[in-house]
Amino acid sequence: MEIFGYQFMQNAILSAFLGGISCAIIGVFVVLMHMPFIGVAMSHAAFAGALLGIWLGFDPLIGAFVLSLAAAAIIGPLADRGELSPETSLGVIFSLMLGIAFLFMGLMPGTKSGALELLWGSILTSTRGDIILLAVVAVIVVGLIVVFYKEIQATVFNRGIALSVGLPATVVLYGILFLTGATVTASLRSIGGLLIFSLILNPAAAAYQLTYSMKKMFLLAACFGVLSGWVGLLFSYLFNIPSGATIVVTSSLIFMVTAIFSPKRKVKGWRQQQITEE
Amino acid sequence: MKMGNTVIDIENAVVSYREDVALRGVSIKIEEGEFVGVIGPNGAGKTTLLTVINGLGKLLSGRVWVLGGFLTPGSGHSLRRRVGYVAQVENIDPRMPMSVRDVAMMGRYGVLGLFKRPDKGDWKLVDEMLELVGMTHLAQRPIGHLSGGEQQRVAIARCLAQEPELLLLDEPTASLDWKAQTEILALVKKIHDSRNLTTLFVTHDLDAMPHTCDRVVLMKDGLIFADGPPGELIATDKLSRLYDMTASVVEERLPHMHRNNSMHGRGQ
Repeated sequence: MEIFGYQFMQNAILSAFLGGISCAIIGVFVVLMHMPFIGVAMSHAAFAGALLGIWLGFDPLIGAFVLSLAAAAIIGPLADRGELSPETSLGVIFSLMLGIAFLFMGLMPGTKSGALELLWGSILTSTRGDIILLAVVAVIVVGLIVVFYKEIQATVFNRGIALSVGLPATVVLYGILFLTGATVTASLRSIGGLLIFSLILNPAAAAYQLTYSMKKMFLLAACFGVLSGWVGLLFSYLFNIPSGATIVVTSSLIFMVTAIFSPKRKVKGWRQQQITEE
Repeated sequence: MKMGNTVIDIENAVVSYREDVALRGVSIKIEEGEFVGVIGPNGAGKTTLLTVINGLGKLLSGRVWVLGGFLTPGSGHSLRRRVGYVAQVENIDPRMPMSVRDVAMMGRYGVLGLFKRPDKGDWKLVDEMLELVGMTHLAQRPIGHLSGGEQQRVAIARCLAQEPELLLLDEPTASLDWKAQTEILALVKKIHDSRNLTTLFVTHDLDAMPHTCDRVVLMKDGLIFADGPPGELIATDKLSRLYDMTASVVEERLPHMHRNNSMHGRGQ
């Protein structure tokens, strides 16, 4: 129980809670819109932007936010027009961002420990400022979903249908990309640019295995996200290993367990059953 | 059937995607209550014509007047709330967390507007529409578990939940088997008649054209090639020019069409 006594541990628990919720909810969009690479491209863009900030001497988080939004600004129209298969364009952007990140790292004088910290994340050194930022983003993400649930649900299900019934689906799509950028930026220092994507994808992918209700999927994903963060922290503390790694491994284990026990694996048997909403 | 009020009036519409011109100056008027079949080969501009009508297509030039107003870049959303749109069957992930009822309810979302949630009345309407298309027994199923024909019934229920004034159908029977295709066509016709809708039915497939259309529009290369009653237009010379097939090949195919025609008639 002494684990809860330390100030840094309390901060870490709070960061894992807030970051877990935002990342997992963003993950639901990523999974349902079949754009797994979007999170990858944007988190690497954020990482590159943060390094640019460190190199040029401005706030790395501003650099992270601007560059992840720039990546979204490139990805969005490509995905929207469906001109190129999104996987291809995202693959190009992803590798470009990683390349730029390492370019900045190479150009940076002196020690690279600050840069590496952004790559792996360090939730145990979360500051009050980090937590406030994570809290603001989590409140915005959850609040927007509650207020615009029907618009978001329709857009995520099928953008063409959402548009055709008179919903501003394009605005919703860009809103989702914007929220992804904000979430990635806020979680960058605690989770790390390389690892953040698994905290976006895994809890949502796990929730996807378990429910036919989108509301429940959001709730389950958020629970799995928080659980990954807390269990990961515990292992990190107990075995003195990097927290980013334990969080990612935990979220992957949760996904594997849900995939093995998913009722959706037996779709034929499930077809006979009725699903119940709420 | 009430006639005489123009609900769609398109003047010289030109639409292009990049270098491709999709519509090269199309003018057409459609009256209230008409059931119009739009036929033509792939790439003729049929879908583009529908997107111009519901405000999703971007006009290079020309004027589009729909349901009492000219389309402007800002008026699309409010127009689309009054227009039902059914596209072809799409592959839906069987694991998609949306029930049939959820999908049908999407039709209400635009009508409801921002910040409003569906209430009991909306759900009642959705359930009635699912009943009308014969999908009540599947209402709680995940949408991805339905067959193509069942999904199109749900799509029609979704449109009806919108309480639309205009129904646009873009190849709604493509990739369905013959039975499902026949059933969807009969359902569309029934709904058109009972709800006093104005309906545009786009297809590249002559077999899928509802033979009860009031009017047929033949499109080719972004232009309207012919427009009139089906009896006059579904004829060898017109079809051979529309599809670039020789008259003898069309002749061979036509008896097959007539056979469908008579079976369709017997079924009613």
